[in-house]
Amino acid sequence: MQRDPRDLIRYTPSERLNHWIVGISFILLGLSGLALFHPAFWPFTLLFGGGTWTRIIHPYLGVLMALAYVVMLIRFTRLNLMTATDWQWIRRVREMVDGDDHNMPEQGKYNGGQKILFWLLFWCMLLLILSGIPLWRTWFSFPVEWVRLAAVVHSGSAAVMIGLIMVHVYAAIWTKGTIRAMWYGTVTRAWAKQHHRAWYKEATKEG
Amino acid sequence: MALQSLDIAARSATTTPSPSARQGFEVAKLIDISKCIGCKACQVACMEWNDLRDEVGINHGVYDNPMDLTDQSWTVMRFSEVEPNGHLEWLIRKDGCMHCADPGCLKACPAPGAIVKYGNGIVDFNQEHCIGCGYCITGCPFNIPRIAQKDGKAYKCTLCSDRVAVGLEPACVKTCPTGAITYGAKDDMVQHAAIRVRDLNERGFAQAGLYDPPGVGGTHVMYVLQHADQPGLYANLPQDPQIDPLVSVWKGITKPLAIAAFAAVSLAGLFHYITKGPNEVSKETEKEVE
Repeated sequence: MQRDPRDLIRYTPSERLNHWIVGISFILLGLSGLALFHPAFWPFTLLFGGGTWTRIIHPYLGVLMALAYVVMLIRFTRLNLMTATDWQWIRRVREMVDGDDHNMPEQGKYNGGQKILFWLLFWCMLLLILSGIPLWRTWFSFPVEWVRLAAVVHSGSAAVMIGLIMVHVYAAIWTKGTIRAMWYGTVTRAWAKQHHRAWYKEATKEG
Repeated sequence: MALQSLDIAARSATTTPSPSARQGFEVAKLIDISKCIGCKACQVACMEWNDLRDEVGINHGVYDNPMDLTDQSWTVMRFSEVEPNGHLEWLIRKDGCMHCADPGCLKACPAPGAIVKYGNGIVDFNQEHCIGCGYCITGCPFNIPRIAQKDGKAYKCTLCSDRVAVGLEPACVKTCPTGAITYGAKDDMVQHAAIRVRDLNERGFAQAGLYDPPGVGGTHVMYVLQHADQPGLYANLPQDPQIDPLVSVWKGITKPLAIAAFAAVSLAGLFHYITKGPNEVSKETEKEVE
């Protein structure tokens, strides 16, 4: 579905589906994980049918997210490799945060900030998957020293990841015209030209 | 099980005070290893009182039977043949929950009220609140709790909290034929242990002593050891047990740090939006692309 025939396609339906499987499993994992992390969040267990169901479901959601994430990683890694321009962008991120992005270095499909986020999320996911295994007592049995370390790594990296996703969501809300790319796949030409000029040039050259 | 007649000194995953209006005193079980003959009557009494029946296993060629604690065996005798001073000694330790003053299981437990420490010092699991995550096993410095296959809940010695609540001694204490297990006010048990230690000192056990490890704030199950300087001789009883630093980090600083970080990021987002405004596509750019 295109709002305007001149709109640019940013995400294919399958990329969107992939993103939202990861996104929904992240939200459910975050809620169920927080419930087990701090008593203040214990009421979240009600969303999952009680404490025991929360404990049972959480790791299976983790498997779902891990699988969907690997597909997403394969899809988007190449587009997220850091270049010299990205580092320039990072050095001038202050202008961006001030909302004055007209003189920022030209960005491809993803800017330096998005790429850094991509790699931070990658490390979080890796740590969460690895540390999640020893904690899953239903299927695995590890020496208690490993389980203790895993518990610290799992809760620490989860907390960092939740913070990063908050930044990810905020950036999408802040930058108007962005969220539609993940809903129905397209962005306006003006949006592309302002925020991702190199990608805009490439995308309009073919069209 | 929660007992209305007992105060609760600490409750898992709970940040407000627990019922504690009553005036009580701390109790303790004292296990004098020098008096134990390894008859396992305590294991049987524990099964009887708590209606537990472990699977009939196989003989492993040693006296230990069963070989380890299970959800059905809340106490087991551990037999060690050692030669600490050049002559053979057969040390028999009744293993089970130590009822720590600072319980690692309770600290680690995420389910409100699944683990309580009564005012009298007994640490008890409320299985109806247990979610079966096994964090208690992760937190325990003595490797005591076990999760049952049958219901996915964690079990361990209750110090017969149900008996204690009505003024009876634990079942193992009642049945011990040699008086190796005694029960009473913790202060009295410490005094009693001192007499036993002095006796052992006179009988050639210069290093005899009481095992009431301060690393976990003391315990409500204590041992009289002939070799208090080498607790490891007794089937690897820990020398200086304490809640593992990783568990303290996990259940300590991580929680306020994470919550502060979430709050900071949320507020930063809100304040950024209302001070800088949204990042919209400029009118000029819109005109350029038309």
